Amino acid sequence: MNLHEYQARDILRRHGIPMPDGAVASTAAEAQAIAARLGGAVVVKAQVHAGGRGKAGGVKLAKTAAEAGQVAGKILGMQIKGLTVEKVLVVPAADIASESYVGCIVDRASQRPVLMVSAAGGIDIEEVAAKTPEKIHRLPVDPRFGLLPHQALRLGFALYRDGAQARAAADIMQKLYAAVYAVGASLAEVNPLVTTPDGTVLALDAKIVVDDNELDRRPEIAALRDASSEAPSEVRAREAGLTFIKLDGSVGCCVNGAGLAMATMDLVKYYGGEPANFLDIGGSSNPQKVVNALTIITGDPSVKAILFNIFGGITRCDDVANGIVQATRAFPLKVPMVIRLTGTNEKEAMAILTAAGFTAGTDMDDAVKAAVAQAQGHAA
Amino acid sequence: MSVFIDAQTRLLVQGITGRDGSFHAKHMIAYGTKIVAGVTPGKGGQTFDGTVPVFNTVADAVTAARPTATVIYVPAALAASAIFEAADADIPLIVCITEGIPVLDMTKVMPYVREKGVRLVGPNCPGLISPGKSKVGIIPGNICTPGAIGVVSRSGTLTYEIIHQLTGRGFGQSSCVGIGGDPIIGTNFIDCLAAFEKDAETRAVVMIGEIGGTDEQQAAEFVKTKMTKPVVGFIAGQTAPPGRRMGHAGAIISGSSGTAAEKMQTFAACGISVMKRPADVVPLLQERL
Repeated sequence: MNLHEYQARDILRRHGIPMPDGAVASTAAEAQAIAARLGGAVVVKAQVHAGGRGKAGGVKLAKTAAEAGQVAGKILGMQIKGLTVEKVLVVPAADIASESYVGCIVDRASQRPVLMVSAAGGIDIEEVAAKTPEKIHRLPVDPRFGLLPHQALRLGFALYRDGAQARAAADIMQKLYAAVYAVGASLAEVNPLVTTPDGTVLALDAKIVVDDNELDRRPEIAALRDASSEAPSEVRAREAGLTFIKLDGSVGCCVNGAGLAMATMDLVKYYGGEPANFLDIGGSSNPQKVVNALTIITGDPSVKAILFNIFGGITRCDDVANGIVQATRAFPLKVPMVIRLTGTNEKEAMAILTAAGFTAGTDMDDAVKAAVAQAQGHAA
Repeated sequence: MSVFIDAQTRLLVQGITGRDGSFHAKHMIAYGTKIVAGVTPGKGGQTFDGTVPVFNTVADAVTAARPTATVIYVPAALAASAIFEAADADIPLIVCITEGIPVLDMTKVMPYVREKGVRLVGPNCPGLISPGKSKVGIIPGNICTPGAIGVVSRSGTLTYEIIHQLTGRGFGQSSCVGIGGDPIIGTNFIDCLAAFEKDAETRAVVMIGEIGGTDEQQAAEFVKTKMTKPVVGFIAGQTAPPGRRMGHAGAIISGSSGTAAEKMQTFAACGISVMKRPADVVPLLQERL
C-alpha cells in the first residue's frame, strides 16, 4: 500500500528525522494560509501516488503566500498519470547545497532489509542503479542486531566528508530503519536528503510503501489508505475480499489461484485475445463470492466475454457449478460466459452446467479459445 | 527415494483443530501420511479424529511423539511465531501453508531457521507430496501418481494444472514441492533442483515460476552448471503489468526486474525447455527424455 508524501513525512518526523515544517491543503485558500504561516518562499507539491510529479508540473515554487494560493489552485484538480490531485503539501523552500539519496528496502535475494545511500540524490534511484550503479552503496542489515552505529556512520561518510554531517546522516539512517519496522514498510526513502548552506542535514521528501500483509495488524496504518487513487472496481473487489486488477482487454477472467489466474491471462493473449482483468476468486464455491466476482467483472463495459477457469482439488467442481448457476440466476449475465472446470467431481459439474445452458468443458486451452472467439464475435 | 518427505515421515500438525488444519489433516491421514501429533494451545489432552493426540505446545508434542516434520495451518498473525516454535524444537522440516505473513517477520524468522539448521518450506505454499508415500500440505492426492518427474513451483492451483497434464499423459511424479508465492521463502528453486538432481527416482524436473524476484534466473544458472537431468520451465505472468502485486506477495515486477520475458530468456539461454503454456509440458518432456 502506497502512502502519500505528507503521510510518510509525518511518520518519519515522529521517528525524529529532521525535516522542514509544512502542512497539507485541499484548497487554494488553505494553501495560501499555510504559506502565510510559514512565511517566505514555499514549495507547493501535488500529493498523488505517482512518480515524476515535478516533470508533470505538480511541484512549484511560490515566492509569496498569494502566489502559493494561485499555484495550488492550478495544481489541485490537475491530472498526473491519470490520477487527480486532491491535496497539496506546502513546505518552506529550502536553500540546497547538496542532494543525496537514503533508502531502506526489503531485499528478497538476501532476505534482509538493505540500506542504500547515494550521493546522486534528487534523481530516480532506479535510473542511478541502471546508469551509474557504482554510485550506490548498499548495506544488508542483520535484523537481529539492527543497523549498527558503525555501519550507519560508514554510510554517512560515503555521503559527506564532514564528520558532523556524516554523523547526522547516520542518525537519520538509524531512524529510517526504525521507522521501517515500526510501520511495516517494504520501502522507505528520503530523496533528496539535502544539506543547506549552513551545513544542516534535512529530509526534503519522504516515500513509504507499506507491506499489504501488515495492514491487518496495523489498523492505524491501514486507515491511511487513499482509495481515490485506485480504480473503483479494484476498491470494490478489495472490500469484497477478492484479488482483482483491472487491465485493458475484453476477456473477463475469473480463476482460482494467483498463479493459475496469471497463466490464464497469458493464455488468453497466446490465443489472440486480451485479458480484461486479473481476478483470483480463491478456493470457495460460495455463490455470493461468484456473484461478487461477476458483478465486478461485468461492471467493466469493455468486457465482451467471461472466462471461468477453476481447478478443483479440494474445492469440488460440482459445488462451483452450483454456485455459478445460482449466481447467474440471481444476476443474469449480458455477455457470454465460457466455463472450464477440472478436478474433483468434474463430470457432475459438466452435467449441471450444460443443463443450465452454459458452454462448459474440462480443457483449459479449449475454454480460452472459445472465450476469445466469443469476445471477438460479440464485438464484431 | 523422493525429496524431503517419504513414507517414513512422522508429521506434526500445528493448528490441527482449526478449520483448515482439521480439514487438511483428515485428507493427509486418508492419503496415508503418518500424523503422529497435533498442536493447538489450550486443546492439549484432546484426541483428533480418534487417533491423533493433541498437545498445547510443540515442545510437548516433540517429547511425546517425535515428529520428523511439521505442517503449519495457523493464521497469518500467529504463523511466524509457529515457525519459531517449530525451529526451537529442532523439527528438521517445517512446512508453512499460511498466506499473509508480514515480510518483515520473515526477515527475523529466516536467520533463526538457518541457525537451527532446519528446513522451512514456504510460507504461502501448498506443501509437498511424494505420490504414494506421503503428503504434507494441501496438494490434492488424487491428481498425482508415482513416477519420475520432479515438480517445483511457486504456485498452488497452477501446479495442480500442470501435475494434471503430467498424470493424464503417463508422466508420474517423484515429488512435487510447492515453494510458495511470498518474496521471502525458506526453500528456493535451487534447493529443490539440487535435491532432485541427487534423487535416484527423479529423471527430469518441471519448474513453475512467476514474475518477481530473481530466483528463477539464479536457478537457471544452477541448471546450466550443476544439473545433468533435463529441466522444463514455465513462467506465469507474461501479461502482468509492472508494479502491481498479482495475488502472491512475491509476484510483482519491480522496475524492470523480475519480468516473465527476462526469466524465459534466461531459461532458454541455460538449456531449460521453455513452456509457453501449461499444455506444453508433456511435449517438451517427451523431447528431452
